[in-house]
Formats: sequence, structure tokens, C-alpha cells
Amino acid sequence: MSELKNSGYKGEALRLLKQANCSVGDIIKVTSKSKTYEGILIPRFGEGTDIIVKMKSGYNVGIKATADVKVERVGEGTKPTFASPPIPKQNPNLPHVVIMSTGGTIASRVDYRTGAVRSAISASDLYGVVPELGDIAKVDTEIVFSIYSENLTQQDWTHLAKKVAERIEQGVDGVVVAHGTDTMAYTSAALSFALQNLPVPVILVGAQRSSDRPSSDAATNLIGAVKAAGEAPFAEVGLAMHETVSDDAIVVHRGTKVRKCHTSRRDTFKSINGTPIAKVRNLKVTMQTDQFQRRDPQRKLVLKPDFCEKVALVKFYPGLDPSVIDFHVQRGARGILLEGSGLGHVSKFCFDAIKNAVARGVMVALASQCIWGRVNMNVYDTGRDLLSLGVVPMEDMFPETALVKLMWTLGQTDDPQEAIKLLKTNIAGEFSPRTLPQEKHLQYEEEP
Amino acid sequence: MAFDYAKIGLKVGLEIHQQLNVNSKLFCSCPPELFKEDPEITFLRRLRPTQSELGQIDPAAFFEFQKGVRILYEANRKSSCLVEMDEEPPHPINLDAVKVVLTASLMMNMQPVDEVHVMRKTVIDGSNTTGFQRTCIIALDGWIKVGDKVIPMQAASLEEDAARKTGTQDEGKTIRYRIDRLGIPLIEVATAPVIYSPQEAQEVALAIGRILRDTGKVMRGLGTIRQDLNVSIPNGALIEIKGVQELELISTVVEYEVARQLGLISIKEELVKRGVTADVLRQDFVDVSGVFSATKCKVVKKAIDKNQKIFAVKLPGFAGLLGRELMPNFRFGTELSDRAKFWGRVGGIFHTDEMPNYGITIEEVEALRKSVGAGESDAVVFVADTAENVLDALRAVVERAQEALAGVPAETRTAKDDGTTRYMRPRPGAARMYPETDIPPQVITDELIAKISANLPEPADKRQARLTKQYNLNEKLAKQLIDSEYIAVFEEAAKTSGVAPSTVAAFLTETVKALQRDGVHIGHVSDEQILGIFKAVGAGELAKEAIADVFSWLAKNEDKTLQDAVSALGLKMLTEAELASIIDRIINANKQQIDKFGKSAFGMLMGAVMKEVRGKATPETVNKILKQKLVSF
Repeated sequence: MSELKNSGYKGEALRLLKQANCSVGDIIKVTSKSKTYEGILIPRFGEGTDIIVKMKSGYNVGIKATADVKVERVGEGTKPTFASPPIPKQNPNLPHVVIMSTGGTIASRVDYRTGAVRSAISASDLYGVVPELGDIAKVDTEIVFSIYSENLTQQDWTHLAKKVAERIEQGVDGVVVAHGTDTMAYTSAALSFALQNLPVPVILVGAQRSSDRPSSDAATNLIGAVKAAGEAPFAEVGLAMHETVSDDAIVVHRGTKVRKCHTSRRDTFKSINGTPIAKVRNLKVTMQTDQFQRRDPQRKLVLKPDFCEKVALVKFYPGLDPSVIDFHVQRGARGILLEGSGLGHVSKFCFDAIKNAVARGVMVALASQCIWGRVNMNVYDTGRDLLSLGVVPMEDMFPETALVKLMWTLGQTDDPQEAIKLLKTNIAGEFSPRTLPQEKHLQYEEEP
Repeated sequence: MAFDYAKIGLKVGLEIHQQLNVNSKLFCSCPPELFKEDPEITFLRRLRPTQSELGQIDPAAFFEFQKGVRILYEANRKSSCLVEMDEEPPHPINLDAVKVVLTASLMMNMQPVDEVHVMRKTVIDGSNTTGFQRTCIIALDGWIKVGDKVIPMQAASLEEDAARKTGTQDEGKTIRYRIDRLGIPLIEVATAPVIYSPQEAQEVALAIGRILRDTGKVMRGLGTIRQDLNVSIPNGALIEIKGVQELELISTVVEYEVARQLGLISIKEELVKRGVTADVLRQDFVDVSGVFSATKCKVVKKAIDKNQKIFAVKLPGFAGLLGRELMPNFRFGTELSDRAKFWGRVGGIFHTDEMPNYGITIEEVEALRKSVGAGESDAVVFVADTAENVLDALRAVVERAQEALAGVPAETRTAKDDGTTRYMRPRPGAARMYPETDIPPQVITDELIAKISANLPEPADKRQARLTKQYNLNEKLAKQLIDSEYIAVFEEAAKTSGVAPSTVAAFLTETVKALQRDGVHIGHVSDEQILGIFKAVGAGELAKEAIADVFSWLAKNEDKTLQDAVSALGLKMLTEAELASIIDRIINANKQQIDKFGKSAFGMLMGAVMKEVRGKATPETVNKILKQKLVSF
């Protein structure tokens, strides 16, 4: 029976392949313009209608599917078999670390036959991809869910926080969460608020180059993350990724202070208005700050996993239509985070809408779209006016963390006064009372 | 070395790679340029072997990975961007490059594919930052005619060139690569293995090279073209020889490879005769540092001073075989040494077939033999380096010795400038290729093929006939031009410079060849510079006689201009006023002769003036001014 359901073929190609009773992976022969192509039938991804054949040389070519093309099924292709390497002997003296997977491609394998990438997250797969892990920790793995990171919701944060808490309560020495990088910083902020009073570290980790490539950063990042989770002296939510474009140092950023800042570079994650907590280099963890919560297995975790989904982010820009704010209020938003300009401003044309929102009990908070720096709404009239309308300034949090904090806050309480109090309390290092310059070298130099 | 290749059963297939002369790299907008300066950017990477579904891992790559080999990449901002650094996904394929390959394919009677799919070919020696080379097939199954023989062409592909190795450090554990070359588009053309003699291999390569040049869109000069040869003989092995840069070397490389394989087969027969079997070749390594504690051998002494180790291994029954020559200056011992260098990161090996030598005494050799228990019929190999490197090196030596029992090991070799080849790496297993999912398939439309077909460059024979007629060249010059790399610049110069085409043609063929023989790096002079020289000659700014000097100077001073050459060589043409004053001076100095001989003094004067101004004034101008001056004299 022809198996072409998820093959991506349609139209004439699908008809020809069906007629010849071909399935993906079969050896087929396609004759077009008096030339014959023989090889394995490859599934189609994306646009295009040609029949794709992987030839003996390993190359794929596309053959246009027209009525005078002949397709013939030669035989069944060899099914790929993957011999998983044996799990190395677990060293009971090493720290016990759980790696939880959420669907990122940190551990994936390519089907060389079809080119499809399949995620591989069983412990043995992981050891197969990163055998060094066996020398660093006693590793357990758990698949929490398999979702592209852009499809995660607040409910997933809650679910994940509960799962992490379960493992911590079982007494592991650290937890690593493998995560797609796109929204990893949102999740790291969410876990930072949800998992309070941590006894051990919780480290998120991802990869900017998928692990099916020899140049993937996945293994280096994972090794750094597992090392930090198992041995680092801190007990906070952190995010571990490359410090630079080199496969060398892995830095652990504080969960509430980290942001994805580049679409593709390995060192895309940067600490904003703060420094990384720790660095892992040559399998040695060094702390980068003395301001951190120490690891203490006796400490009792406090789990606060609830988030309010009815929170909107409104980015201010010149000419923003204030009815956007009205829209969210009408749709029942309980909180709105304004992404203001500069020190914390939005245009005066928005004032009525904001006033109306506050009057209806909507919590309106503001963070700056500058990313770097602290809002200060006392400097200009506009800022002072917004404060008097009841807008809560979010200090030196950048908008994404501020948004997550607003969602978390409204998940904790219905009481506006209580919510304002929570918003203004430093829960998980999201505020830094002192802002220091972040440049490594800040030296005045005369023009030579 | 006159072998009967037909009788031997030689089979050769060719793969010709040539860089394309297009404006940007294959998958980004960087210019296809190299740099010589110190790098502005460096970064460190490790490439990790990824497991295929079949559980295959390239053994050499896995070995290097386990040894902790790291790669230090060098870049500058002009020639590379984040794409080459593997910090940004590739951009869509360079369509100009696709068109060049389509043109060449159609000239070789190949059938273009309907849709081009870019593949990733796993290469984790560090030469690609991604750990794979991007490559795609553009056309399949064609033929060319070489003499009377039809040579089937298997495929034409388009691929990205690799980074170039610039060195190693940390005892071989860090390899440096420069990524300027990475991503330059390459055409790869492969023949079927139907070539049966070294000479034929060279002729076919020449014919393919000519077709590629006829596209007018390939780079020229050393390093822009690389010929790979697949050479096999019965009872030998299929050997892949990479990177023959000079066309003229191809036949020599094939000859030497046949000789090497025949030599290895005869060593195998000798070993069988001596009764050597695999089980006597043991990895028993003996620390012989004590033997050399007072050695006069510089290399060994240096190692001892650095506190490194010297280990030795016995190769039972191998005496005399290590010194047996397989190719010029290449003995079976060199085969062992190459393996040791590759797997052990050492500088080389010592063996008893070459002893006493290098300051090592007979007494030391005797002591060495004694410490490993070697008799007269055995060979001993020893290596000095760090303990780890030494043991890896000797392990590789024993493995290679074991392979000698089976004859010729299948491997990938690299070609040297003298035509010999050296071990490069084990032959990769079945090509592990998978789709480059970051690049959408590229449809080749019938319209595009029709357009390119209608505008194919004229084939070589037609072009030769046209050149002869259009520029009034003799047949020999026209043929030489066709075979040269200067055909495009010749036509441009012949049409626009005002210099006689035969002068241009003679310079670009015979003179340039002579200059090359004299060691001038002719590839350093660009087409633009050549055109500039002829335009200057045509405009009367440069004397014809000075062309070769200017060309040679530009070849030596790569970043300089024509103007620089003219002033450095003192070739600036004299103005008529300057010339007139020189002529006045010479006339004055020869007053008596002029008075005496009258008009017939002209020839003598002309000679005297030309002697002084040759290369700075044309004879015509001298003639004109001298005549005027004499009339008024």
C-alpha cells in the first residue's frame, strides 16, 4: 500500500507516486525526458511540486512531475536502524541532575535517508550525543512536553514549574531544562517567579545551531548547564549559553535578567542591567557576582506556579492609536504592560485610555523599550502624569520580564493593592538597586 | 617509468574543481577574496561527529575529536560575515553561480535537473565551520569528445569552497583555518572512470579546463583550480588523490601512483615470502629514551631536552623494506611516517633501514635493536615526542605495517608539487549527505535553459578559426591562445588597445610562457592590468619593448598599479620637448660628423638617440624630430 500521507506531495506528483504504489523511503525509478533517475523517494517540505529522489551518490534532485513522466517502484528501501550506544556506568558519587525536555532540538538526530530531524531525548540518546555527560553527573531525563517554544503558553509554564518542583522535592542536586531559544528567556523569568526559595539551581539551556550539525553549540551548552546544575554554589533559576562565538566559556545568566538579543549568534543571550551569575569554562564553575542565593539542600522550596493569561503588552510608538488599549480593556484584560519610550513615556493621547483602564481595575505597568537602563517617571511631565494616572513603573526590568512578572503577580492575587505591592517587591533578582556600566573595559582614551 | 598501462589495467576518473568568477560567495554577499594580513577576528570551535542512522562515524574525525582537537578560525571583516562564521543561516543560492554551472553543463551535453537541492556533506576536519560542505547537483550524464574518444561525464555540481589551513599549534591540538576562502563558489565536474593512461588523464583534464575557461566565468591562477584523481589498478586499490593544482602534473601523479601501488604489491609478495603474518606485528612499544641519553642526533636531543619520550617498536621481517623506494624520494618508510604524522601529530619517524644517519651512531642502533629484541631481519621504528603523541604515532605505524600484508590500503591522498602523493586520511565511508534545510530548492526552468542554450560560448575549434580570421593570426598563435588563460583579455586588448593583435597574442602566449619558466608568478597579474598595459602601449604612453618588464614587475609587486610600475622602472615616456632637447644635445655633440657626412649621418644619430631613450620614446617619434632638427641644422 502506498504511504504518502505526510509526504508533502500533492497534485501530479502525488498521483504519479500513488499510481506506482510508492511510499517514502522506497527505491523508485523516475523517467523524464528520456533520462532515468533511480534512488530513494524523499518527502517534500515546503513549497514545490517536483518528485525528490536521493540518488546513490547521496545527492537529492528534483524531477518535474508532468503527465509524460514515468514512475516505477523498484523496491523497498532499507529501513534505518540506529544502534544506541550503551549507557555508561553511572557514577554514584557524581551529583544527580535531571534534564527535562520541552521540545527544543538540543538532542536530535538526522534521518540520513530522508533528512528529517527527529528529537532524541532518552538518557541513552543523550549520552550518545554528549558522552562527556557521564563524567559530570548522574543524569536522568524526562520529557515534559514536545512543543516549539513559540507555541508555549502560561499553562505550560505552570505545568513545567510543577514538574521541576516535583523533582527538587525528590532531592536532586540540580535541574536542567532544555528549551527552544526563541522564548527561553520568558520561561526563565516565569520559573524564577514560580520557584521561590530554591534549594538547588534550575538551569535552562538551548542551542542556536541544532544538534544534528557537527558545529552545534548544543553539547557545549548542555555540558555547561549540567555542570552548573550539579555543582554550582548558587540556587537560583539561570540560563546557560555561549558567552561568545567561541566554543569555550558558557555563562549562566540570572533568569529574570536575560534576553535573547541576536537572531542567530551562539552568544545571543545577554544579561541586561546586570552581570551573569556564573561562568563554566574547562569544566570549572566560577561565580561572577557575590550577590546570589547559596545552594542549601535543606531549604524548603516555595512553589507559586500560577500565571494570569489576561495580560497584554502594548508597545508605544509615535502615533499609537489609543483604542488598542481600549480594545484590551474591553476584552477583559486584567493587566497591561506598556512598553514606553525613554525614561518611561507614552503620548498624552493615550492618557484617557489609560485612565479608563485603571478605573476599570486593570493593572497598568510600564517598562522601557530602551531595554537598557531604568525607568524614571519623575523627570518629565509626561512621566509624572502617568504616575498620577496609576501606572506602576517597573524599574530596570526590560519589557519581557516585566510582562511575565505582571502575569505572575495577577496569578497570585486579585487585590489591586496587594498586586502593586508584589510588583514593587524584588522577588527573584528582577530589580537591581544599583545599575553599573556593563562594558568590560570602560576607559577614557585620548584621540591618538 | 614506462609501464604498459593497458596491460596493468589502469583506470582513472577525474574530478575537476574550479572557483567561479562571480561577484559574491555562494551563500552570502561577501566578495570571493582572500587576505594576507593578520586576522581581525579569531574564534575557537570544536566539531563533534554526529552519528548517522547507521551508527557510522568518520573514524579520523572521531579520533581527532577524542583527542580534543580544537579549531581556531581566522577572519577579517572584508572577506567574511556571520554566514561563514556559522553564526547566521545561509542566504539563498547565488544564481549567477548556478548559471555558470548550467552553461558549462550544457557545453558538456549534460541534462540539467529540474530542481536543485542543496545538500550537506559531512566534513569535520575543521575546513568548514558548519562541519559540512554545502553542495548540489546541477546537471547529470553528458559527454565530451577528446580526440576521437567520447568521455562520459557523470555530473556537474556547484559547491562551496572550504576554509584554508594556516597552521597548527599546541602540539597539533589546535588547527588554524582561515575562512576567507570558505563559501567561494566552485564548479565540480566528474568523469566516469574510463581513462586508461596517465597521458589521457592529462588530455581529458585539459579539455575540461578549456570548456570551463570558455564560459568566461572561472577564476584563474594557482589555487583556483584543483584536480582530484581516482586511480585504481587490479590487485591494488581505489586511491582518491586530492588537490593536483597544476594541469601539467596530472600524468606524473598518475604514473607515480601506479608505481607506488605496484611497489606496495611487490612488498606484499615479499612479506608473504618471508612468512610475516599479522599476529607477529604487535603493538609492543618500548621506552628507549635511555639508549639516546648522550645522542648527537639534534632532533632526538631536542626531544630529550624538552623531557619528551622516545619509544620504539619492532617490525618483524621488515628489514630492508622500509628503505624501498615507491616514488622518487618516497620510500615505504615514508608511508609509515605519514601515518605517524597524521595520527600521532609528530614530525616524523626514524627507522633502522636509514641508520646510521642523522647523527645516530651504529652503537645506538645496536642498543636500540637490543632493547626491542630485534634481529637482523627485523626493522625498528622509533619516535621522539610527548608520550601521548609517540604512542599514537607508533600505533599508526604498526597498523600501516599490518595493511602492507594486504597490499595497497584504500585511502585519500594529497598531491605534492613534485607529483608524489602523501597520506591525507582514510577513505570516508559512504557519503553521508543530508538536505540543507535552510536553503529552499531552486527550480531550473525550461526558459532559463533555453536562454542559456541560445547563448553558449563558441566551442574551442570554432573560436580558433574565428581568431585566425578576425585578427589575422597564424594558426599556431591562435591555438596557443585557445589553450591559454588569456583568451578573453586578448580579444579585449586586440579590439580596444590599438596594439597589433599579433603583438598582443605573441606576448600573451610565448612571452608569458617564457616569463613563467623564468619564475615569474604570472597569475599575480590581473586581466585588468594586462589590458591597462596594452592600452598604455596603444596610446603611446609605454613602449612596446617595455611590456615584459612591466608585466614582471607587476607580478612581483602584487598590490601595485601600472603607474607604479612605470615610475619604478623609469619608463615614463618622454614628452616631445624633452626628446627634442636630448636630440639637440646629441646633435651638438656630433657636429663634426654631421658636417662631414651630411645626410648619411642620420643612421648614426638615430642609433645614438635610441640608445639613450629606448623604452621612453617610440622610434617613429625620434625619427620625426631628428629629421626636423637636421633640416634646420
